[in-house]
Parts: sequence; structure tokens; C-alpha cells
Amino acid sequence: MTIDPITLAVFVPLFGAIAAFVFPRAAVWLGLGAVLATCATVLGLAREVLAAGEVVTPLGGWAPPLGISLRADGLSVAMLGMSAIVGLLVSFGALDALRDLRQRQYFWPLWLLLLTGMNGVYLSTDIFNLYVMIEVIALAAVGLTVLSGTKDAVRAGLEYMYASILGALLFLMGVGFVYLQLGRLDFAGLIAAEPSGALSAALALMVIGLLLKTALFPLHFWLPAAHANATAPASALLSGLVVKAALYIFLRLTTYMPLPDEILVTLIGALGAGAVLWGGVQALRAERLKLLVAWSTVTQIGLIFLAFARAGQVGLTESWKAAALLILAHGVAKSAMFLAAGRIKDEVGHDRIADLDKSDIRPTLAQFTFALAAISLIGLPPSLGFIGKWSLMEGAMAAGYWHWVAVTMIGTLMSVAYFSRVFAGFLRFDRMRGELAEHKGWALADIAPLTLAVAAISLGLMAAPILSFIELGYPFGELP
Amino acid sequence: MTETPFLPLIILLTSLLAAPVLFALPERAARLRTGINLGVAALKLVLVGWLSWKVGQGVIYDISFEVLPGLEFKLQADPLAILFVSLSALLWLITTVYSVGYLESGPHRARFFGFFSLCVSATVGVAMAGNLFTFLIFYELLTLATYPLVIHRGTAESLRAGRIYLIYTLAGGLVLLLGTLALWVLAGTTDFSPGGVLEAVVAENRLAAQMLFVVLVGAVGVKAALVPLHAWLPIAMVAPAPVSALLHAVAVVKAGAFGIMRVVYEVFGIETAQALGMTAPLAALAGITIIYGSLKAITQDDIKKRLAYSTVSQVSYITLGVALASPIAAVGALAHLIHQGLMKITMFMVAGNLAEGLGVKKVSEMDGVGRRMPGTMLAFSAAALAMIGLPPLAGFVSKWYLAQGGLDAGAVWVIALLLGSSLLNALYFLPMLQRAWFRDPTDADAPPKQRIGWMLAAPPITTALMVLAVGGFANAPFSPLEWTRFVVAIEYQE
Repeated sequence: MTIDPITLAVFVPLFGAIAAFVFPRAAVWLGLGAVLATCATVLGLAREVLAAGEVVTPLGGWAPPLGISLRADGLSVAMLGMSAIVGLLVSFGALDALRDLRQRQYFWPLWLLLLTGMNGVYLSTDIFNLYVMIEVIALAAVGLTVLSGTKDAVRAGLEYMYASILGALLFLMGVGFVYLQLGRLDFAGLIAAEPSGALSAALALMVIGLLLKTALFPLHFWLPAAHANATAPASALLSGLVVKAALYIFLRLTTYMPLPDEILVTLIGALGAGAVLWGGVQALRAERLKLLVAWSTVTQIGLIFLAFARAGQVGLTESWKAAALLILAHGVAKSAMFLAAGRIKDEVGHDRIADLDKSDIRPTLAQFTFALAAISLIGLPPSLGFIGKWSLMEGAMAAGYWHWVAVTMIGTLMSVAYFSRVFAGFLRFDRMRGELAEHKGWALADIAPLTLAVAAISLGLMAAPILSFIELGYPFGELP
Repeated sequence: MTETPFLPLIILLTSLLAAPVLFALPERAARLRTGINLGVAALKLVLVGWLSWKVGQGVIYDISFEVLPGLEFKLQADPLAILFVSLSALLWLITTVYSVGYLESGPHRARFFGFFSLCVSATVGVAMAGNLFTFLIFYELLTLATYPLVIHRGTAESLRAGRIYLIYTLAGGLVLLLGTLALWVLAGTTDFSPGGVLEAVVAENRLAAQMLFVVLVGAVGVKAALVPLHAWLPIAMVAPAPVSALLHAVAVVKAGAFGIMRVVYEVFGIETAQALGMTAPLAALAGITIIYGSLKAITQDDIKKRLAYSTVSQVSYITLGVALASPIAAVGALAHLIHQGLMKITMFMVAGNLAEGLGVKKVSEMDGVGRRMPGTMLAFSAAALAMIGLPPLAGFVSKWYLAQGGLDAGAVWVIALLLGSSLLNALYFLPMLQRAWFRDPTDADAPPKQRIGWMLAAPPITTALMVLAVGGFANAPFSPLEWTRFVVAIEYQE
């Protein structure tokens, strides 16, 4: 086997996971080292993609359809890069957030296994490989969910596991159907295949499985509890990165096998709209900070699917771009927000939104970080979330889909409303029980979330280079 | 002629980079904080002076980079921008002095001055935005930076006010986003250019252009407090006095009024807007706002609320001058941007001093305050008389040009409107002056007088002197009026 960045991107975190599991005492340093090394390999891969547009490596020298090959283009490297950089910062955040020794021991192997699975997804070129990788992700993600060890977390983790297994099974059935029809499973085979009813049925199975895993309304039932009850770094990884893997597969699959009917496209959009509205209502009602943040993930997933809801060619490029930008923006901002919410909970001692203003301890920097992340999630300029929303609405307007524009705007207003509930808790001072406590307002652990939040805001101004990078290797087919 | 295109960027960054430093300073580092505040404000004023000089010589500054394919972040220092930038740089320095005095021992000063600094950056960005997209970015930043200032006291009442403020302004911002996008999709550019960018669209789809006008003017009209979008302004009065001063004179309402100018003059172009039949309704709306604001002001007993409704009314002079589509009225509108700022900031600082020094917050408590705080009340009197339109003070100059512009545009009703408005202004300002100067203090329940330091006393007196100067020397070179004529010549492409 050749040693090149594309192979290393999968195997470095895998070996890191194994090492961290075998040597639990050194897990922290092995883990950090492995994440850093992954960052380095992704950087190397990015350079190759910049030079060549795309990089394809057959594993073991066997080219598809016989063997498995890994392929990287602009989109996959963007996803790898987001996972690596967000992952690195969350890892730093985890140094402080996980004080329990057992949590520390299990966190690193699970997280590295998760990274292995996600990197595998972003580099896979056939759907069976994708299935294996989403199972790896599910295994690690469920482990991370129950890491906090509370009863609620275990219950939520169990529910998450059932949903995950069901989603993976549906996907596997779809894969089987495809194999029966075509006798091959690689992307090239999918592109070349003649559309048929059986193939559409296979696609439908796979898509439903993916929607379950990415928690699109009404298949989101497992997400809020799971993301709200995990420890903060785990929540950051689950919300910021894990749901994106299934989204990414959806994006790829529907590029290679377009949905056969416009009604389905509209249906996807309608579900996205449902997520935006229902998630918004639930976030308005949520009593706990982390639950509110989790519901915000449901709405953001919905928003990304709104971007997909485009039949025909008009505005199509804008939509794909919008989806990719929104995925990146949400990954960065939501991980910042979960880490900040965790910091607030640690300092204040609870995360009941209604009682935040009674506390005489105000972790100012964590609150500021939360607000910055909220700016990106609401979609206010100049954040990356804003640019994503701009592209989404531009595409919808160009295609004349004013109803999707309206839903986006309503969703934005709702997000202002639910986040300002939290701000009121930060900024009100006349309900405190005593004097404001002597508190620095910040700690070293605030640096990781703050960095992520600042990135979420400032990356918006760099959207043009990001987009031109994503388009390397034409992940969305030939662009006009 | 283009040189050092970075100057506008540097001016923007002076206060933008100061903000994180101010946030990070510990509460007790008061002297260092004051030093940074005043140093940066003074530096910015010097730089803006230099920029104005250069632009007066005919240099155009233009700096941009691509955010999305074809879509640029663009800063531009044209004469119209200079008008607003110099107003905000000047009044920022003065308000900073006042705020330092006002918040001497209050809590959360680091937070306050950090957002204060951001707020000025946003205003400067709004002024120098070279296209509607950039304008939108700073317009939203302005909302976000002013919200923590409005709720600075952290009480239930201020948070309620803050929520209303946020709902109005962010909804306005969202509509502006919609309008900017529509402009981008329709015209393929969002650039500001004298004469507008929509000629082709108007020829093709008149209705879409009309709707776009309504959406864009409605969006910026929220901050300009056009009736019926004005309700947030009187409620936002719970903010500390320097914040109210800044909100009313420089930052928020002016960003709205300035937005109306940019949209009418440089997105649509005044001729196109007129051809679309949109300027007359806008002028009517401005007229209604002028009368409504004044009527409401008369009934307010709370000093700051009275001043707030007065702002609702006065800011619409600017809109009126733009909408009359006459170059002479435009001169009045642009001059009023400066004049109203100077007058209103004086009044709000005086209101703050009355509350701090004497505990006087209501008009009915103002008996005899002139004798107790003569300097402060002299400043107030000058500003109030100017607002009523006593010649040769600042307000008179604006009204004179607006009235002439009304005649020029063939809208005789404007004369009646301005006379009526002046009468109403007199009805709500003169009783305040009468109480202050001609009644005896009611000693029985008057709270003891607190000492007002020079940092509180000097700023309103300074701005009051400026009110006298811009009126009395209106025709001098480099007066706001002169600069205004320069701008109007460009916008009307003469």
C-alpha cells in the first residue's frame, strides 16, 4: 500500500483510536497527537487537490469496480478540513471540560474512531464502503452520547442507537438493491446506470435511511435529547460534525442519481420547511440552554435541505453552493456554541435558561462566544452563515421559489426570538440574589470556543476562496 | 485621481480594532480605558479631517474585495460619505468625553465602551459602504452593537425595551437583506452610483422596481423611524443618556436617513424614482411623520420621551428633502443631517445632566432649573430655539432650504407643513424654556444638587456653540452647507 495523504487521512485516526484504547493513561496525548497528525495529512491532501483538482487512489492497487478506491475533490477536502480543524479545537476544549478520568479514557478512542468514519465517508467512492463508514460513525457517536453517564444520556443514547441502526439498515437494503440491479456499487456505476423503477426504489431506501441519520424533520425525534444530554465536547462533535456526514452522502448521491420526480424535490423542501418551523417553536419553548441549542440544529438541518429543494437548472449552482456553505457554517458555529454552552453550564452550575439571570457568576467570555456563534446561526452579516443564507435565498429567488424565501425569513426571525431569550439571561442584572461575584469572566478553556466562533464570523468574508476551493474537481458535475 | 486607497479602511479599523482591546481591559483600568477611548476618537477625527480634505480636492477612494463571485465588499469615500463620516467622528469624540464622565463609577464599563466603539465603526461603515451589500453588513452590525448599549442598565424594563428594539431593527434588517438580494438578482449589481443602477430593470418590469423601492425604503425606514415603523425609538429611551444622544444624533436614526439617501439617489437615481411615482408618496409619509411626531411630543411629560418624539419628527425632514426631488430641498435635507445631529445631541446630553445633577426627569419638574444649572440650560435653549427654526440658527437654515425646495418642486403644501411643524416645535420646546428660566425652583421637593464635572458640562456647551456656528456661518467655506451643495451637485449630476 502506498503511503499518501489520502490513505493516511483514514488510517491515522484509526491507529490513533486503537493506540488511545490500548494505552488509556496516555490517551489524551495520543489522541491530541493523532488529531494534529490528521490535520497535517488533510493539509497535504488539500495541496494535492489544489494542484490536480482531484486525487484518486485505488486501495491495494485494484481499480473499481473490482477494488475500492478513495477519491478527494474540493468538496471532500473542505469537509475533511472542517472535521479536522473543528475536531482539533473541540479536542482542546475537551481537555478542560472532561474532568472525570473514565470519561477522558473513553472519549479519545471514541472520538478518533468517529473521525476515522467521517474521513472515510468523505473519501469513499462506493456505496458499500459508505455503509461501513456510517456504521463506524454510529458506533462511535452512540458511545460519545452516553459518555456523560447520566440516566437521561443513556436513555437518549439508546434511542439514538435504534434510530441509527434503522437508518443504516435502510441504507444497506438500498445498497443491496443497487447491487442486484447493476452488479456494481461504485459511483461511476451509478452515474452510468440507466434510470429505472427498481433503482429509484433503492435510492428511496437509501435516502430515507440518510434522512433518519441526519435528523430531518419528522425523523429528528432522537436528536434533541441525544445532543442535549451528552457532555459538551461530545455535543459539539455530534451536532457540528456527525450529522454532516449523512448530509454529505445525500448531497453526493443525489448528484449522481438525481431524484426521479420534481414532487420529491418539493417534498424534501417541505420537510426542510417543517424542520425550520417546528424546530423554531421547540427552541422557543426549551427550558434548558443545551436543549435549545440542539433544537437549533434541527432547524439548521432543515435550512440546508431547503437549499436542496431545487428542481431544474435555474439557481442550481447557487443551491449546491448554499448547501455546502451552510454545512460548513453550521459545523463551525454550532461546535462553538455547544462548547460555550458547556462552559456556561460549568461556571454557573446549571443551564436553566429562566434562571441564568439569577446567577451572581457571569462567565462573560463564554457568553460573548455564544452570542458570536448565534450571529452566524441566525445568519447575520458578515458571518459564514449569512453568506450561506444569502446564496440559499439567491438561488430560490432566481428560480422564482418565493415560498422558500419566505420560510427562510420566518426561520431567521424565529432564531432571533429564541436566541434573544438566552441573551436576556446573560444581560439582565436586577434578579441576582447577591452582589456580582468576584469572577474574572474568562478562563483558558474559553479560547477554543472563542476561536471557533470568531472563525464562524470572519470566514464569511472569505467565502469566495472557500467556494472556488469547493468547486475543485467539479463535485457537483460540470459547472457552467 | 486615486491615492492611498487604504485610508477609508484605516479609519474604519481604528475603532473596530479598539473594541476588542476595550473589551479585554479589566473594569478597574479606568484611566487606561479613557486614554484609549479619547486617543482613538481623536486619531479618527484627524484621519477623517485628512480624508475630507483629500475628497474635497477631488480624490475618490475605493477599496474592495470579492466575497462571493461578482459580489464585493466595497468601501468608498465619496462626498456624501464624508458628510456622514465627519459628523460621526466629531460627535463620537464629544460623546466619548461625556460617557466617561457619565459612567464614572457605573458597572460594566469595559463592555459599554467596547460596544460603543463597535457602534461607531458600524456607523462609519454605513457611511462609506460602496454598495448596498456592504451597507447591509454595517447596518446589521449597528443593530448588534447598539443592542447591548440600549439594555446597559440590565433591568427588566430595559430588557423589554431592548427586545422591542431588536425585533424592529432586525426585522428591518431582514427586509433589507431581501431587498438587497432582489436588487442583486434583478440588476446584477448592488453598487451605489449617482443616477442609479436600475434603468434597465425599470424599462423591463416597472412593478418589480416599484416593489423594490417599497421594500428598500421600508427596510431603512425602520431605523429612520418613519411612521408607522417608529415605535421602537421612544421605547429605547431607557438607555443611558450618552447612548440616547448617540442613537438619536449620529448612529441609528441617521443610518436610516442616510440609507434613504443612498437608496433614492444611488440605487434608483432621483429621476428614476420620480418616474416610478414613488417620491410623492414618500414625501407624504415624511410629512405625516413630521406632524405626528410633533403632536406626540407635546403630550409627553418625560423629557427624554419628548425629545424622542421630536427626533421622529425632525429626522423626517431629511426624508422629506430627499423625496421632494428638488436639488434645493436636497441641500436642506443633507444639511439637516448634520444640523439635527448637533441640536439633538446637545439636548440629550442636557437631559442626562438634568437627571444626574438635579434628579429632574420630567418637564413638570423643570421649574427654575435654568438658575440652578445656567450653562447647561443655555446650551439647551440654543438647541431648542435652533430646532424651532429661529434665524440664523442651524434649524432655520435647513427649513429655509426645504421650503425653497418645496416651492421649486411645486409642492406648496410643504410651506404649510414646515410652518405648522415649527409652530408645534415651539409648543413643546418653549414651555420647557419658560419653566427653566421664568419660574422659581420648587425647593420643597427638589433633590439636592449633585456636582456635575466638566466632562458632563463641557460637551453640550461645545455642541451648542457648533449649532450657533453652522447657522451663523452657513455660507463659509467648509461649512456643512457648502459641502452639501458639493454633494447635491454630484447626486443631481449637474
